[in-house]
Amino acid sequence: MANYDGASLVKMFKAIATAIAAQKEHLCELDGKIGDADHGIAMALGFGAVSDALSELDMDGVAPTAVFNMAAKSFLNAVGASSGPLYATAFMRAGATAKGKISLAEGDFVAAFQAMAKGIEDRGKAVVGEKTMVDAWRPAAEAMAAAHAGGADLAASFAATVAAARKGAEATIDMVAAKGRSARLGERSRGHMDPGAASAVFVIEAMERGLDLSG
Amino acid sequence: MEKTKKIINGQDNVVEEMLDGILAAHPQHLRQVEGSARSIIAVDGPRPGKVGLVIGGGSGHEPTFLGFVGRGLADGAAIGNVFASPPPDPILECAKAVSGGAGVLFMYGNYAGDVMNFDMAAEMAAMDDIDVRTVLTTDDIASAPRDERDKRRGVAGNFFVFKAAGAACDKILSFDECERVGRKANDHTYTMGVALSPCSLPQTLKPSFEIAPGEMEVGMGIHGEPGIAVGPLEPADAISDMILDRIFEEMAPARGDKVAVLVNSLGATSLMELYIMNRRVKQRLDERGISIHATWVGNYCTSLEMAGASITLMHLDGELQEMLDHPCDCAMFRVV
Repeated sequence: MANYDGASLVKMFKAIATAIAAQKEHLCELDGKIGDADHGIAMALGFGAVSDALSELDMDGVAPTAVFNMAAKSFLNAVGASSGPLYATAFMRAGATAKGKISLAEGDFVAAFQAMAKGIEDRGKAVVGEKTMVDAWRPAAEAMAAAHAGGADLAASFAATVAAARKGAEATIDMVAAKGRSARLGERSRGHMDPGAASAVFVIEAMERGLDLSG
Repeated sequence: MEKTKKIINGQDNVVEEMLDGILAAHPQHLRQVEGSARSIIAVDGPRPGKVGLVIGGGSGHEPTFLGFVGRGLADGAAIGNVFASPPPDPILECAKAVSGGAGVLFMYGNYAGDVMNFDMAAEMAAMDDIDVRTVLTTDDIASAPRDERDKRRGVAGNFFVFKAAGAACDKILSFDECERVGRKANDHTYTMGVALSPCSLPQTLKPSFEIAPGEMEVGMGIHGEPGIAVGPLEPADAISDMILDRIFEEMAPARGDKVAVLVNSLGATSLMELYIMNRRVKQRLDERGISIHATWVGNYCTSLEMAGASITLMHLDGELQEMLDHPCDCAMFRVV
């Protein structure tokens, strides 16, 4: 059983920033089908700001909560719009679960991940089936919780998590948007993957990679 | 596709350069909060004991929002990118700058991104011991059915709702009263519009949506959200009648009632056309024995260069009339 300190979380966020930067054009193209074609720009701007802010941190003994909070703040101030509050809330809630801890045991990380999914749902007032990033985050969180409760270590749990996120994002293709700007398209939003769910998969995959858990 | 034509220097700095120009034009009314360039507050207005009024949202709707910042109306506006909510920080900085210790009211149009960012700013303000309450504007009657009023969007009627709440704040009414007046003003305000041709974002220089030649879209939102019907372009009187019939159906005014009128351009539609519509508004109100307390005609809530217009009626009682008549002195609007 591994422990995750502040420095390993910084590494995780940098892996997310790298992944999102690589997918920026792809995410903009997806968003162009049902939105205003700027989701990749907003996400890259947000995680780029997170990466820059965390580079300034003194890594010596930095607490997990401080890393999550700095990630939240820098993402938010760089973006605004809708993705800013959603991811900022996710990271702030994760930070709250880690309060007072010097490092996260595997169960602590699972709790932080649950708080992220819950934070996104609470902030966006969205539920599964509305063609949003919740369609990736909610099944991912449930898969992780179930695997962990079944005795799997975090590496095995993450494999189930990523698979569930991908499946959830795929499912948005057949959905009609009920939340966010694409909701105005009604039926016309069907047939395209939700860009927020697509980027959520890249984020979750990069978390696994950044924590050195991918097999 | 050919790019749309805009008088800009580059796509990335349109908001900053617009703000520089506005501050240069209105130094007696507006200033930036130090260290927070997207937080614009009134030079004169915020004061101890007064409820602070912070409005805001995306850019591209000028003179909404910052044109309504000034003594007697809003104390501050948080400015987002084009058609995108500002992040919580500039909203929070506005709240801190205008707080007079009596609470701060957040008022803005009901859009998902704005609600999330303003709610976060409210939570952060609470940590600084600033009590924040929120009144969302939902005047666009075409954007959701009547029994789902809380899903409706805020559009040009913002102007009346902000004006009434701003007056309540300026009269140093209690936090409860200011909030009540804001909600009541929103409940009494009804807007509907038609769009004739699309706008384009500075970032894309492409039309954001399509309206076929010879057609109009009834009830389209101020960011191009789809309306309730697409049909052939009608004469001004027919358009005005269709809008007014929908508003009357909801407002149910009685003979002898009073209203305030706003005929608003979405950006490209001329004053000539707006006044032709207003002529019909007056005829229709006269026919029903409804008196017009005040009329405003012009660009109040725009959507960049979208062509089209909206009509707003505010159903007045003594209190709302008093709030509209209360003096205000803003960069782009005044009542003396």
